[in-house]
Amino acid sequence: MEETEAEAEVESNRDNVEVAPALIAVHPEQTSVAVAVGPDLRVFDLLAGSAASLVDECGAPFHKDSIRAIRFGSRGKLFVSAGDDKTVKIWSTESWRCVCTVSSEKRVSAVAISEDGCHVCFADKFGVVWVVDVAGSHEHVALGDRKPTPLLSHYCSIIPSLEFSPDGRFILSADRDSKIRVTNFPKKPLNGAHEIQSFCLGHTEFVSCLAFVHARECPQGLLVSGSGDSTVRLWDISSGVLLDTCEVAAKAGLLESNGEAEEHGHAVTDLCTTISGLLIAVAIQSLQGLVLLSCDVSAQTLSVSKVVSIAGEAFVPTCLGFSPAEGKLWMVTGVSSLPACNYPPLSRVRVISAIDAEQEPVVLGDDEIPGGEKLLETLQGSASVDESAFLAAAEAVKTAMRNLLIKKQYPADNRESRKKTRNDRKLKM
Amino acid sequence: MPETEVKATISKSTGLPRKRFYRARAHSNPLSDSHFPVPISPSQFDYSLHYPQIFPSSDQADGSRKIQFADIGCGFGGLLISLSTLFPETLMIGMELRDKVTEYVKERILSLRVANPGQYQNVSVVRTNSMKYIPNYFEKAQLTKMFFLFPDPHFKEKNHRRRVISPFLLDEYAYVLKAGGIIYTITDVEELGDWMKSCLENHPMFEALTEKELEADPVVKLLSSATEEGQKVARNGGQTFQAVFRRIVPSDKTS
Repeated sequence: MEETEAEAEVESNRDNVEVAPALIAVHPEQTSVAVAVGPDLRVFDLLAGSAASLVDECGAPFHKDSIRAIRFGSRGKLFVSAGDDKTVKIWSTESWRCVCTVSSEKRVSAVAISEDGCHVCFADKFGVVWVVDVAGSHEHVALGDRKPTPLLSHYCSIIPSLEFSPDGRFILSADRDSKIRVTNFPKKPLNGAHEIQSFCLGHTEFVSCLAFVHARECPQGLLVSGSGDSTVRLWDISSGVLLDTCEVAAKAGLLESNGEAEEHGHAVTDLCTTISGLLIAVAIQSLQGLVLLSCDVSAQTLSVSKVVSIAGEAFVPTCLGFSPAEGKLWMVTGVSSLPACNYPPLSRVRVISAIDAEQEPVVLGDDEIPGGEKLLETLQGSASVDESAFLAAAEAVKTAMRNLLIKKQYPADNRESRKKTRNDRKLKM
Repeated sequence: MPETEVKATISKSTGLPRKRFYRARAHSNPLSDSHFPVPISPSQFDYSLHYPQIFPSSDQADGSRKIQFADIGCGFGGLLISLSTLFPETLMIGMELRDKVTEYVKERILSLRVANPGQYQNVSVVRTNSMKYIPNYFEKAQLTKMFFLFPDPHFKEKNHRRRVISPFLLDEYAYVLKAGGIIYTITDVEELGDWMKSCLENHPMFEALTEKELEADPVVKLLSSATEEGQKVARNGGQTFQAVFRRIVPSDKTS
C-alpha cells in the first residue's frame, strides 16, 4: 500500500539510533576523574590510585539508563550525574556517596552547579530548566530526595548545555534553536529566574556547548560557544553582542575541496577552556583529534592556534575535560552501544599535556598518564580497547546527535497521508 | 466557463482581499516546526521589506526607528489596522503562525496602502512562531505595547504548557518590553482569563494597571471591538475577560 511505503521511507530517513556518547569530567584539583558510558558511571580516585567505590542507597546500577551529563562543582565538593533515566544524582566527592537523588519528569540533557555549591540546575527534554537546593550536602549528610522547582524555560526546545558565569551572577542556557539565553541567577532561585540579561544570537544551528574564558581583565568571563553550524563564537554576555566567529571546521581542513561541507557533518561537539583560559580545546564531529583556539582578550578575537591529532588512533573525542591544577586536557571517545554490533559499551581515554600557546602539546602514552594502566582499566573497562570500533562509534554518535538536535524535514509529497489521523480529516472519509 | 472559475481573491469593489479565500482552521499547532525564515538576530530583520516607504533601502535602518507595538497571534489583522491610524508615527507588526491568514493580512495591508496613500505604511505582518522566536525579532526593551487577543485556550490540562501566556514566556515578553511598556490580554474563555491574570499577577516583572489607567488608555476599548474575534463575541452576547499589565523593574513591585 502506498501509505506504508511512504511511512517506511520517513522512518529510514532517520535511523532510530538511540546511543549516548561517552562523557568525561575531571575534578578541579585532579583528585579524581569520572567517565560515563551509557548507564555506567566509572570513577578513578587519583590520590588513592584506585577505582572509587560509589555508594548509593538504591544500589548498583546507579543509573538505569544512559547518563547524559556529568560534572564536578567548581569547588570540587560535589559531583552530579543525570540522564535518560530521569534522575539527577548528587554525589559527595570525598566519600563518593550519593547524597541526594532528584527525580525529573522528563529525560535530562544538561546539568550545572552554582559557583557556591548551593544549587544544582538541570534541563529536561522539553526545555525546562529546574533548580534544586543542595546547601549542606557536602557534609556527608544524605539529603534524601529533593523536589526541584522550575527556574526558566526555552519553549519546546532541547537544552544541550547549561553553564553558570564564573562570578555566579548569570545562568546560561543554550538551545537547539540556535539561541543562548543569559539570565540573572537570583538570590532565591527557587522562585524562578525571570530577569533575562541578554540573548546571544548569531549561531545558525543548534548550540551544543558553552564555556567561559577566564581573564583577569574580564572578571565575568568571556563566553565561547560551539554549534552545529561548525563555528565557535565569542560573546559579551552582558549585552549579548557577538564579538568574533571562528569557522573551526573549515580551518581544521574538514571541508571538501570544493568548499562544501557535508550537511551537518561537522558540528562542534564539545569545548573546554584551559589554564589561564586563553586556549580553548574544541572537539568536532569527524575530526580525529582536536582544534586548539587561542583567545585574544583585549582584541576580543578567536584564532586557530593548533590542530592536534592523535597518532595511531582514529580518535574522535566525544567529551573533553580540563584540570586547572595539573594543566592536563583529558579526552574520551566512546558510545553506549553500537547498534547491529556485538560490541559492549565503548570508551577510550587519552590525555594531552603541555597545553600552552608556546609549547607543542604532547599526547601522553598509556603508561604516562596520571593513574596509568589502573586508571585506564577502570575508566575504559579494560586496559586496551579494540580500535576498529572507534569509527563506527563516532558515526553512531553523529547520527544520534543529528536526530536529537536537527529538526525533522518531512517530505512534502506524503503530507496529505500523514494528516489522515487528524479528527477533522477523518469525517471526510 | 474558464472566466468564472478564476478565483477573485481580491474583491473588485473594495480592493480588499476576500476572507473566503483565506480560511484556515482556528487552531494551529505551535509545536510543529514549520520551515519559515527567522532572522538570526533583531539587527538582521529587514525593515525595508515591511515598511518600504519609511525605509526605502535595507541599509537605511539605522536603528533610530524601531517596531514598538507587536500583536501576537494577530489573526486577520483587525487590531493592527485600527492601531495604524490611531498611532501613525509608531511602527507596529503582527505575528501569526497560520500561513493563509498571514497572506490575508499582507494583502489587506497592501490594498489599504494603495487605497489610502501615505497611510498604513507603519503596519506589517510576519509569519512566525512567537513562542520560540520573539528574541530574534525584538531587542531588549524595544516594545512599548504587546497584544494577546483571544489566544488559543488549549483547554486540556496537558496542553496548558502550549498557552501563549505562561510564567516562562512572560520572562521573554518582559525582556522585549521596555519598563513602563504594557501587555494587553483579552479572551472570552473565563478559565483562560483567570489563568492569564494569575500568571501576570505572580510574575515579578508585571503589575496591574489601575481602573483609572485603564479608562484613560484609548487602546483598551479596541481590545473587544477591533478584531473579528471580538466582534463575533459581541454578536453572540458573550462576556470578555481582560488583563492589562505594565512591565516594571522588579524592585518596584510593592506586593
